[in-house]
Amino acid sequence: MHEMAIASSLIEIIQEELAKHGATKLVSARVCHGKLTNIVPDALQFAFEVQTQETPLATATLEMMEIPVTVACGGCGKEFTPETPDLFYMPCPHCGREFAHEVLTGKELYLDHLEAE
Amino acid sequence: MDIPVVRNILEANEKMADQLRELFSRHAVLVLNLISSPGAGKTSLLERTLADLKNEFSMAVVEGDCQTDNDARRVAATGAKAVQVNTDGGCHLNSSMIQAAIQNFDLAATDILFVENVGNLVCPVEFDCGEDFKIALLSVPEGDDKPEKYPVLFEKSSAMVLNKSDLLPYVDFDVDRAKKFATHLNKDMPIFLTSCRTGEGLEGWYDWLRAAVRAKKSR
Ligand SMILES: Nc1nc2c(ncn2[C@@H]2O[C@H](COP(=O)(O)OP(=O)(O)OP(=O)(O)O)[C@@H](O)[C@H]2O)c(=O)[nH]1
Ligand SMILES: [Mg+2]
Ligand SMILES: [Zn+2]
Repeated sequence: MHEMAIASSLIEIIQEELAKHGATKLVSARVCHGKLTNIVPDALQFAFEVQTQETPLATATLEMMEIPVTVACGGCGKEFTPETPDLFYMPCPHCGREFAHEVLTGKELYLDHLEAE
Repeated sequence: MDIPVVRNILEANEKMADQLRELFSRHAVLVLNLISSPGAGKTSLLERTLADLKNEFSMAVVEGDCQTDNDARRVAATGAKAVQVNTDGGCHLNSSMIQAAIQNFDLAATDILFVENVGNLVCPVEFDCGEDFKIALLSVPEGDDKPEKYPVLFEKSSAMVLNKSDLLPYVDFDVDRAKKFATHLNKDMPIFLTSCRTGEGLEGWYDWLRAAVRAKKSR
């Protein structure tokens, strides 16, 4: 549901960037989203489509790129990529600790690239 | 042309939330963002708290709901200042709604500002409202697996209230299971088992509030 609000912030940022670079037509935009954020990629794409209808952004494609989870172990401090990023159960391959790791990546939500004309 | 940009999509909300936090800090107002599913007892907890701590603190409430001002009227009946924000279907409050709502309050004369978010365990978590702490509320009829199903909320919250403890005899709710998973995510999180119906457990919550207000004022 909150993808509607996220899409409208995204559209504002895109419009700002297009203006800044003197571009008028958006071809594609890429959004990176961490696997641990509460974002549903399909819902964001749908919200983007709905909100850009009959605007100069209507034909653009929105590409979603997932950022995997990496953590620093809460026991031994070593970094690893859990097989199943589940906040409760991410066994450390080095020492076996199962939870309370520090999340290094996987919580991001940002626009990282635009292709425009 | 290729335009490389790295911009946080929620930057506008987060910037305003930081500005609000600065404003609240200037006035030493403790701000708490209450998040739960619909009907877990956010407004009931506020009614109790506002009435019981009336002589200790000056408190104000921003009530978020899709529709109606029922909740603002309920909390205003305790004598506290309350403003209703209707999101018209929106699933969360954001910092510009808070910014507009607080124009109604005298922050210099406020000790605690409660934000009752729209009932929802997912969306409100992503939108900073300028609070000091998020408080997760869970009521026992909802089931003890909620921290497992909605981990992000419990990870980001600074305290958890397990409400409707008077209903424990009637539902299969394993308090230890809910506590265990919540503390896996957040090992020092205080947990208060309360009943807004009988008043059980509220003292612990009040002591936490008192300590948080003291900490805020001494900063
Ligand atoms: N038995 C029992 N009922 C409670 C308790 N706390 C709240 N309730 C009841 O639960 C219902 C919902 O409570 P509210 O305080 O309105 O819940 P809420 O979280 O504010 O709900 P929304 O704002 O609609 O999301 C009401 O009928 C309350 O009387 C409790 O501790 N025990
Ligand atoms: Mg309510
Ligand atoms: Zn380890």
